[in-house]
Amino acid sequence: MTARPTSPLTATQLVDEYFIENRNRLLEIAAFLDRIDRADPSVAADDFRMRVFAEAVTALTAAAPERLAHIQMLLSDPDATPLEALDRKGAVGAYDPSLRESRS
Amino acid sequence: MNYIDHHAHMVSRTTDDYAHMALTGCVAVTEPAFWAGWDRSTVEGMEDYFRQLVDFEPKRAAQYGIRHYAWLGMNPKESDNRELSRQVLARLPKLLDGPGVLGVGEIGMNRVTRNEIATYTDQIALAAERRDLVLIHTPHLEDKHKGTRVTIDVLERYPSLPRGRVLVDHAEEHTIEMILDHGFWAGLTLYPQTKVSAQRAVDMIERFGPDRILVAGACDWGPSEPVAVPKFIMEMRRRKHSDALIHEIVFDNPVRFLSQSPKFQRPAGTPEPARVGS
Ligand SMILES: [Zn+2]
Repeated sequence: MTARPTSPLTATQLVDEYFIENRNRLLEIAAFLDRIDRADPSVAADDFRMRVFAEAVTALTAAAPERLAHIQMLLSDPDATPLEALDRKGAVGAYDPSLRESRS
Repeated sequence: MNYIDHHAHMVSRTTDDYAHMALTGCVAVTEPAFWAGWDRSTVEGMEDYFRQLVDFEPKRAAQYGIRHYAWLGMNPKESDNRELSRQVLARLPKLLDGPGVLGVGEIGMNRVTRNEIATYTDQIALAAERRDLVLIHTPHLEDKHKGTRVTIDVLERYPSLPRGRVLVDHAEEHTIEMILDHGFWAGLTLYPQTKVSAQRAVDMIERFGPDRILVAGACDWGPSEPVAVPKFIMEMRRRKHSDALIHEIVFDNPVRFLSQSPKFQRPAGTPEPARVGS
C-alpha cells in the first residue's frame, strides 16, 4: 500500500456507498463491448480507439494504485510536437498511432 | 452553501439556469470568452460577443442576485486563424480595461497547432506586460496532456507573469500535478462526459489537498451542467468532508484567486476566508 488514504470514509464504507453504481458501470462496459462484437467483431481489433480501450480494460486489473493515471496516459497523444496545420476542430478521445507516421 | 463558479458560459444558458444557480447558492460567476460552436468571420462579430459578455450578461445575472465578471481573449478553437487573432488582439487592451473584465481568457490551445501556439504566446505576452490575471483552457481528451505541457512551456518563458495569477483550467488526473508543481492554480471543470466527474474531482481534492484548486461547471452550449458545483458539494458531503473544507474550495479559493484583480468584489455579506488545516 503506497497510496495514503485521505478520504474520511474507510475502504469498507467506500464499498458500501459506491459498489452498486460501479457494478452498473462495469456492466455498461461489458454491454458496450458485446454490442460492438455483435455488429462486427473485427472492429474491436482494428479500430484504434477500441484497441486502446482493450488495453485500458486490462490496466484495470493491475494491482498498482495508479490505474487511472495509467489509463489517462494510454488515451493520450504522447507526442507534444505541434501540428503544422489544423486537421480537425476537436479531439476524438484516443490517440491514433497512424497519425504519428503521417506527422514524421 | 454560497459558491462561486469561475467558469460558466452564461450567454449559452437560459435565465432559468441563472435561477437554478441562484437557488443552489451561486453568488458570482466569471465568464471566459469562448467559441460559440461555429467560427466567427469578423473581428466586429467577435467584439459584439465581448460586448454581450461585458454589458448585457451582468444585467441578466443581477436579476438573480449573481455578480457576473468576464474574461476576454481569442479563444483556442478559433485561434488557429492568425489573421482574425491579430485583429482581436489589437482591440484587446482597450476592452480588457472595461468594467468587470478580470483578465485574459480563456486562451490556450485546441489541437496544439503552430498557429494556436503563436496566438496563445501573443496573449501571454500581452497579459505579462499588463500584469493581468490569466485563465487558460487546456485541450481535451487525447490532446490534454501534450497541450498542458506546451501551455506550461510557454508560461515558463514569461517569468514576469506571476504564477499565482495564472489559472490552468480543465485539469485532470494526469495534468494536475504538473500544473500545481509549477505554482499555477488548477481548475477542475465538471462535465457529464468529457472532463471530470464530481467523484473524480473529490478524489483529486483528497489526493492533492484544497490549495490552489478551483472547481467549476464550465456550462456552455453543449452537454453540461449549470449546477455542477452544488453537485460537487453534495459529493463532498457524501464522502463526509466538512462544510468548512467544502466552503474553502467553492468560495474562499475563488475569492483568493479572483481578488487579485481589483475589479473583483467580495460578494456582499460574506466573511473573510479563514484558512482550513494549514
Ligand atoms: Zn470554457
